[in-house]
Amino acid sequence: MSDAPDGAPALAVAGLSHAFGKIKALDEVSFTVPAGRFTALLGQNGAGKTTLFSLITRLYSNRTGAIRIYGVDVRQNPSAALAQMGVVFQQRTLDLDLSVLQNLHYHAALHGIAPSVARPRIEQELTRAGLIDKAKQKVRTLSGGQIRRVEIARALIHRPRLLLLDEPTVGLDIGSRQDIVDHARQLCREQGIGLLWATHLIDEITAGDQVVILHRGRVLADGPVEDVVRQAGADNIRDAFTRMTGPAAGSPRGSA
Amino acid sequence: MIAAYVHCLRGIIVREGLRFVHQRERFISALVRPLVWLFIFAAGFRAVLGVSIMPPYDTYVLYEVYIVPGLVAMIQLFNGMQSSLSIVYDREMGSMKTLLISPLPRWYLLVCKLLAGVTVSVLQAYVFLAIAWLWGVEPPPLGYLAVLPALILSGLMLGALGLLLSSFIKQLENFAGVMNFVIFPMFFASSALYPLWRVREASPWLADICALNPFTQAVELIRFALYCQFDLTACLGLAGYLVLFLACAIVGYDPARGLMERRGAPG
Repeated sequence: MSDAPDGAPALAVAGLSHAFGKIKALDEVSFTVPAGRFTALLGQNGAGKTTLFSLITRLYSNRTGAIRIYGVDVRQNPSAALAQMGVVFQQRTLDLDLSVLQNLHYHAALHGIAPSVARPRIEQELTRAGLIDKAKQKVRTLSGGQIRRVEIARALIHRPRLLLLDEPTVGLDIGSRQDIVDHARQLCREQGIGLLWATHLIDEITAGDQVVILHRGRVLADGPVEDVVRQAGADNIRDAFTRMTGPAAGSPRGSA
Repeated sequence: MIAAYVHCLRGIIVREGLRFVHQRERFISALVRPLVWLFIFAAGFRAVLGVSIMPPYDTYVLYEVYIVPGLVAMIQLFNGMQSSLSIVYDREMGSMKTLLISPLPRWYLLVCKLLAGVTVSVLQAYVFLAIAWLWGVEPPPLGYLAVLPALILSGLMLGALGLLLSSFIKQLENFAGVMNFVIFPMFFASSALYPLWRVREASPWLADICALNPFTQAVELIRFALYCQFDLTACLGLAGYLVLFLACAIVGYDPARGLMERRGAPG
């Protein structure tokens, strides 16, 4: 199980259910995230996106179904699975009183990376994120968009092949939002990593993306945007989403 | 592979150290608390409470000499609870997630967190001992060296207790409860402020409770070590409590057992 079979998807979720007491958060969820592609996990607030992320990152353990990262089962081999995963949580998780560099070195250490190896990688990721000149500043002094980019840079230090982002644009202005989305797409293209992007903002999805529609804990559609739109008999993804989830769902709440 | 574990431990200790440097008030308040006891409380009680000759002391001692080991342990008790508080805070702020998604085993991450807290508490204890020395509490010089392993062991035990509590506490607001139900009873029902034989005169069953109190084991191990003696019972008791608390804390943070999950559940 530890050797990834050739062509195994970056992430494969199969038959995953999860309940908090009597509340069923996820119900038989199955989908895949191919390597090198931008996959949007689209769902309203409360659809189960964050629960799904918590299970994939093993903050909770799944009792049913299977989660595989390049063929490696998260429950059976958590270390190998987590080592291939870079995560940006919805909540900001940087230490505001430490500098950008200190935060990134802490992350590298948590992954067991030697400082001598971490240093050039951190420099490389910060350069890619366009934040190398902020390296010594305290995180508190950065803008919301910059903090997000530091978090993405951080998630890449241990060279993961799957990147998970849970509503990374929440609370950002339109300019920074576009910036982050473009940045993420570029990572997919250039690094060939699989990327799962949870969002409730339909306009973050473009042609050529993969999309997974999650509604009340169930997957309603999974595939290339074009296929999902066609299956729904709609003209565009917004229309398709509205048809699948009901009229009230079309306009997302709490958009930035 | 071993190198990865070392890097991880170093990283966690460095972060804890940096955070500590940034919170100078925390360091000051951690010192002021025992100093108030030493300068004011002990001075007031000096006349009331004479301490007769009892091991490890080979002569009559002043009351402030008697309570110094208890105050050192108190520093570590507060430090343990403080790290517990910071873990709950980290969890609410999300930075606990950064720790838990490390590919290294979760028990190891928790042990690193524990060791980082102990490093800080040992430093605090030595600063306090230095001030106590200026105040005239002068254990033998070698005692300062002998007390180091005792401080590490008691720091680990109290830190593990904090870790265990943090796996139970759902929100920061519940922390006041920890003060009332953990810190105060542990501190007062121990040999920190009065020798157990005195307690026994008043109430035998209370003395038994005090004798079983993990905090008493910490105080006694530190007290004996500070005078270059070894209290085997306290050492075994302390080690036993450490294993128990740490094991329970690791179970508490085991994803398969779902305690984290209940903490994270909506509503």
